[in-house]
Amino acid sequence: MSAPGPLPAGTRVRVKDDWPEARGPAHIRTPHYLRGAEGVVVRHLGAYPNPEDLAFARPAARRALYHVAFAQPGLWQQGVAGDEVLVELYEHWLEVV
Amino acid sequence: MSLLETDGERLFEAVSALLAERGIATPSEIATRRAATDAASPGQGARMVARAWTDASFRARMLADGTAAAEEIGIPMRGLPPLGVLENTAETHHLVVCTLCSCYPRAVLGYPPFWFKSAGYRARAVRDPRGLLAEWGTHLASGVKVRVVDSTADYRWMVLPMRPAGTDGWDAARLAGLLREGDMIGVTVPGV
Repeated sequence: MSAPGPLPAGTRVRVKDDWPEARGPAHIRTPHYLRGAEGVVVRHLGAYPNPEDLAFARPAARRALYHVAFAQPGLWQQGVAGDEVLVELYEHWLEVV
Repeated sequence: MSLLETDGERLFEAVSALLAERGIATPSEIATRRAATDAASPGQGARMVARAWTDASFRARMLADGTAAAEEIGIPMRGLPPLGVLENTAETHHLVVCTLCSCYPRAVLGYPPFWFKSAGYRARAVRDPRGLLAEWGTHLASGVKVRVVDSTADYRWMVLPMRPAGTDGWDAARLAGLLREGDMIGVTVPGV
């Protein structure tokens, strides 16, 4: 993402439907069940060295980390309307919808 | 002999000596961290929660910056992941899980309980949180929204439960005695 500053709270985002683990060894902090899902940015949590590189002892650029909320029933086709799942996600996994 | 069969204390001494020799960590730094790790227990989190229940300005600081609030009451946080605090309210109940592994706010709750790392807990917390809560005997009032917090990255999250009714006039020490680790993960709620 090339946004100049952190995404503001309320920004609608989609988690990339990407599967790096299918291409080779990978360390990923984006849970499977969220790939392709749409959610809303709740808060910018700061910037941290990218764990996907840290895990392989590669130089790790700092990436913005967000708390993103997802409607819980939408993820599983079950559950109670209004319930949410709140997840920490790095900027390079998010596309602004 | 494999690493798993090695005498733990001898291995510890050998690794400590190597870390010191290479200038990575001194024996006293390791001893300090070891003492902090041993001291970490749900009692630390309970102290934070009880303080928040009895001190509105501490509560505000704790919600804004859990790490700073923990340090303020003498919990060592240096070098540890940032601590975030999730406030349960009459509208929202938080439940913490780490679906990827076992991220847990160890500085304030100690080692995670065995079930926190189980595949069953991790899968069901995100998929059927209300079913899971019911099995813990946690029944939320109607209209309360469940917010499952999947701890996937650099933060560690603890729950600030609601102060139970019937505790008016209790001091912080007595309130802290009510709290169990599950209350600060959100599988249970404290009661009198």
